[in-house]
Amino acid sequence: MTQHVTYESTALAPPAAVDTTEETAAEIARPSGPAAAVVLAAGLASFTLGLLSVLTAVSPSISSALTLSDRVGDLSGVTTATVAVYVASWGALAVWWRRSDPPLMRIAGVAAALIALGLLGTFPPFFNAL
Amino acid sequence: MHLTNREMVALVHGLLIGGPFLLAFAGGLVALSGLRAEYLTTEGIRDRVRQLRLGTTAMAAMGWAIVFTGTWVLLPWYREDSPDSPRSVLLSDSSTRQWHEFADVWKTHVAFMAPILATTAAALVLYYGKALARDRGLRNLVLGLFLGAFAIASVAALLGSLIARAAPLR
Repeated sequence: MTQHVTYESTALAPPAAVDTTEETAAEIARPSGPAAAVVLAAGLASFTLGLLSVLTAVSPSISSALTLSDRVGDLSGVTTATVAVYVASWGALAVWWRRSDPPLMRIAGVAAALIALGLLGTFPPFFNAL
Repeated sequence: MHLTNREMVALVHGLLIGGPFLLAFAGGLVALSGLRAEYLTTEGIRDRVRQLRLGTTAMAAMGWAIVFTGTWVLLPWYREDSPDSPRSVLLSDSSTRQWHEFADVWKTHVAFMAPILATTAAALVLYYGKALARDRGLRNLVLGLFLGAFAIASVAALLGSLIARAAPLR
């Protein structure tokens, strides 16, 4: 008795070493610009969050200017500005880089440094020591 | 047994949205790290990418929901100018001051990085889709963003639960 095994069965199908569908080819060929835009925007927003956290801690006038809501305090302005920087820089960079291929990994490195600085800026022992 | 309105909102913020948000990271990490062309069939990659697109987008939305409810709904109650607000209670005793001055201040600020990183990871998954299965560098970038969001959300959740234990919101 011969048992026929066909690769129609997903459980037995071989690994897809090469997927040649047009959809995947298009995804691979996409320019890195739009991806670099959102990655750098995340770095810029994180840095803004850290910077404004430091500035509100050391300057009562900046803290007051960023107090959009008395019930929330200066965090209302700090976080609103952070979200605004994220959305605006993402949008602007995405338009600017929409067809270009900036080096994504290098931009990710810059974003990682900005995120690390942002983390440091939000850390109370850091801004209390200034 | 009775829960006040504020306790209900705190539960929704921390448990009903925050719990699934943190749990979903585990699924996302497994799905992302296993998204390799050499391990999966074409159909498997398609399925995994569809799940990742849905999952990461939902997680980004949950992340924003958590920080917005925390900042605009819970924080005003926490910092109310009354002697029994959690902030007043914590600041009234030198042994609990740090729960506000360090833990709450850090948590409320740093937490905003979690949805930013989760949204960035979701945007990359949506943009690159199946290409993530064959590009290790891209996959590692998304994993890094995902892990960063998870680490920050975990710290914020841990501090939040400890602060709530020291001075519950009622």
